[in-house]
Amino acid sequence: MCTLEKTDDNIFVLTLTGDDEHRLNPTLIGSILSALRDAKEQATSGSVLITTSRGKFFSNGFDLAWAQAAGSKPKAVERLHHMVELLKPVVAELISLPMPTIAAINGHAAAGGLILALSHDYVYMKRDRGVLYMSEVDIGLTIPDYFNVLLRAKIGSPSARRDVLLRGAKVRGDEAVSMGIVEGAHDNEERLREATMSHGKQLASRKWDGEVYKEIRKGLYPELCVVLGLGEAEVIAKL
Amino acid sequence: MCTLEKRGNVYILTLTGNDEHRLNPTLLDSIRSALRRLRSEPTSPSSVLITTAHGKFFSNGYDLSWARSTTSQSITSSRYMMMSSKMRGLASDLISLPMPTIAAITGHASAAGMAFALCHDYVIMRRDRGFLYMSELDIGLVVPAWFVALLECKIGNPKARRDVVLTAAKLTAEMAVEKGIVDKVGGSAEETVEAAVRLGEEMFKRKWDGQVYAKNRMVVMGKVLDELGFDGTVEEENGKGIGSKL
Repeated sequence: MCTLEKTDDNIFVLTLTGDDEHRLNPTLIGSILSALRDAKEQATSGSVLITTSRGKFFSNGFDLAWAQAAGSKPKAVERLHHMVELLKPVVAELISLPMPTIAAINGHAAAGGLILALSHDYVYMKRDRGVLYMSEVDIGLTIPDYFNVLLRAKIGSPSARRDVLLRGAKVRGDEAVSMGIVEGAHDNEERLREATMSHGKQLASRKWDGEVYKEIRKGLYPELCVVLGLGEAEVIAKL
Repeated sequence: MCTLEKRGNVYILTLTGNDEHRLNPTLLDSIRSALRRLRSEPTSPSSVLITTAHGKFFSNGYDLSWARSTTSQSITSSRYMMMSSKMRGLASDLISLPMPTIAAITGHASAAGMAFALCHDYVIMRRDRGFLYMSELDIGLVVPAWFVALLECKIGNPKARRDVVLTAAKLTAEMAVEKGIVDKVGGSAEETVEAAVRLGEEMFKRKWDGQVYAKNRMVVMGKVLDELGFDGTVEEENGKGIGSKL
């Protein structure tokens, strides 16, 4: 499912475990939400979250097989809507997490899986393996409202957004960097891990106040906060 | 405080003195008064405004130590409200000014000082000294919504905006040009102002109608104007100051 560990440098590492596709079904989503809340509770000044996974996939999106196992088309659609609704609080939790967040994508990130990654402040991926892919146009699904708002908030280039959404582009490491979707692409898993940890330590060393960091992040993405029901940024001032 | 002079066909507003040009009510009123004088000039063909400063600082932001130089929480809180209100008024004045505006940055511009710079249509920065710095995260303050709206208007890349706001990045001129925040880099302080004057003279030759220019700018920066009415970081919805949290 997923584990949450803390390194000696006060860095939380959330890992999606197992060699499978880490499909976002209610169980995994619940597990991630729970881990994020644990991290939030233990947060101190200088905390950082790194989210990563094991295996060939970061996450291949919602568990469509589970949806279809409902038996009928209307019931399948209901299960899918349910998962869309369940992921929203996870995105909300990440946007309001009182510490900087980094996603280390060491495999494919598709649809809801890509959304999970982009909910982090910084995203790194591998250069040799793994693609970013909004699969919806290919499999015949429309895009939930909060997905759209998140993509607009995080991917600046209109042509990049069009390629991702309307062309179903499968974007590899170097292209993802040039499209402005990720910070960096690293040669292999070990390099990815080193680079992510190193950036994490650098952010941790700034010893920012987590509550202030969270409110500034919310202020940076006002439209996203509205669609996630996060309300106005609060005022905090340490003067 | 500040002076306003005409050089050729362009106006130069200078924040004088070798201090940090903290945006307290006195300086804010002085700048707004200079801008009011500009409005009485003919608007067609419109002139051009260049804003610059003496010394090591363009502006280091609000005068926080003035706000706090009292033992009364409610006076501190109303001082913040006053500076925020006057600063938003200044932003509105610049956004509706009937002539193109250029900020010639020859020193550090932090927090509200950076916002002040970004309210100009063009930013030319000195190459070797000074940085743009949205310092709030480092000093434990929240960035006001209208600053974010201004950043969204002026900085197209979400990653650049994130770096400015969520890492409190200190941007040198080269970094600022790379992130698309600054238009041009000048050499020394004098050269930077010269570059601004040259750009201003070029624009003067276009013989634009200042009122039309202003109206177009207000459309482009509409989202910033929408946020200028209220600053949630200094007042609550009911108009009371945020005394208790400061």
